[in-house]
Amino acid sequence: MTGAAGPAEAGEPADVDGAPPGGGEGVVAPQGRSARRRRDLVAAGLIGVLTLLLGFALAVQVRNADEAQVLAGAREEDLVRILDELTSREDRLRAQIAEQRSALEELSGSGSRTGKALQEARRRAETLGILNGTLPAEGAGLTLTVRDPSAGVRVRDLLDVVQELRAAGAETMQVDGVRIGLSTAVTGSAGDLRVDGTAITAPYEFVVIGDPQGIETAMNIPGGVVQTIGSRGGSVSITQSPLLVVDALRPLDRPQYASPDDGD
Amino acid sequence: MIPILGLAAGILLGLVFDPTVPLWLQPYLPIAVVAALDAVFGGFRARLDGIFDAKVFVISFVSNVVVAALIVFLGDQLGVGAQLSTAVVVVLGIRIFGNAAAIRRHVFRA
Repeated sequence: MTGAAGPAEAGEPADVDGAPPGGGEGVVAPQGRSARRRRDLVAAGLIGVLTLLLGFALAVQVRNADEAQVLAGAREEDLVRILDELTSREDRLRAQIAEQRSALEELSGSGSRTGKALQEARRRAETLGILNGTLPAEGAGLTLTVRDPSAGVRVRDLLDVVQELRAAGAETMQVDGVRIGLSTAVTGSAGDLRVDGTAITAPYEFVVIGDPQGIETAMNIPGGVVQTIGSRGGSVSITQSPLLVVDALRPLDRPQYASPDDGD
Repeated sequence: MIPILGLAAGILLGLVFDPTVPLWLQPYLPIAVVAALDAVFGGFRARLDGIFDAKVFVISFVSNVVVAALIVFLGDQLGVGAQLSTAVVVVLGIRIFGNAAAIRRHVFRA
């Protein structure tokens, strides 16, 4: 029989299978032999796959049983001990959870604080931008037109108008399309006035954002703007408006020598 | 040779991948493994007896697994799953013992 196994892979289970019918190996026709060989190969493959599956399932099940069924055979005192351990572990984990939760709260709290600080900084930047003239502004205010037919309004008078407006509560303003800022300079001579180097011509139109009523009242007080301009041969007309736009912008001057003091 | 290689490779794969058994399979896997083991022992004994047949082995392997799982499934449906599992394991265990004894006689001549 073993001699008969020669052509097939020696030691394959398949060749034992043919054995009991017994020694009739030589009777098998050649084409029958090749068909049988093919069948043997298929069988060997199937057996291989099945045993592979078995091994896999065996290993998996052994692992699984390790984890799951270890408690089933445990004695009562062991179970009590395990339960105790689990309880204390649970307590520890709960404490950890509480700790993490408070940390999380702290972090999200600081996050919202940062958000608030950022908001505050943004608001401040906007305010400064409006005061400085780097941002367009809108709001209630008035338009103050200075007519100067006799070219009698001098630099000083115009500066007075600006100062009076500021003192009366103007928040930001522009004159003839030039934004008035902190360092705005009025130069030139009567009839040929310049604001920050830009020539302006009469009538000088101030667009002012601020409390309209208060500013108008302040302009009209005795010795105020209206009277001063009148004494120069000009006239002032004021129109209140619920919504004005001051959209002329000033370039932002970066300080060359001054830097912020962090306050030590 | 192939069965031993297959078994070794399967065990290795199982250890390496270490998959979690899905819940629905958990009651059946151990029974299926025992049934397959029974088939393997039977095949080994047949081989030693010189009456091994690949076809018989494959069919008995598959049917063993399927029938064992089916019995446990039926037991689960009837509410006697645990008992029937025990029954299957006992029967298969007896068969494995018998086959092992036959193998022993072949190997040790005793």
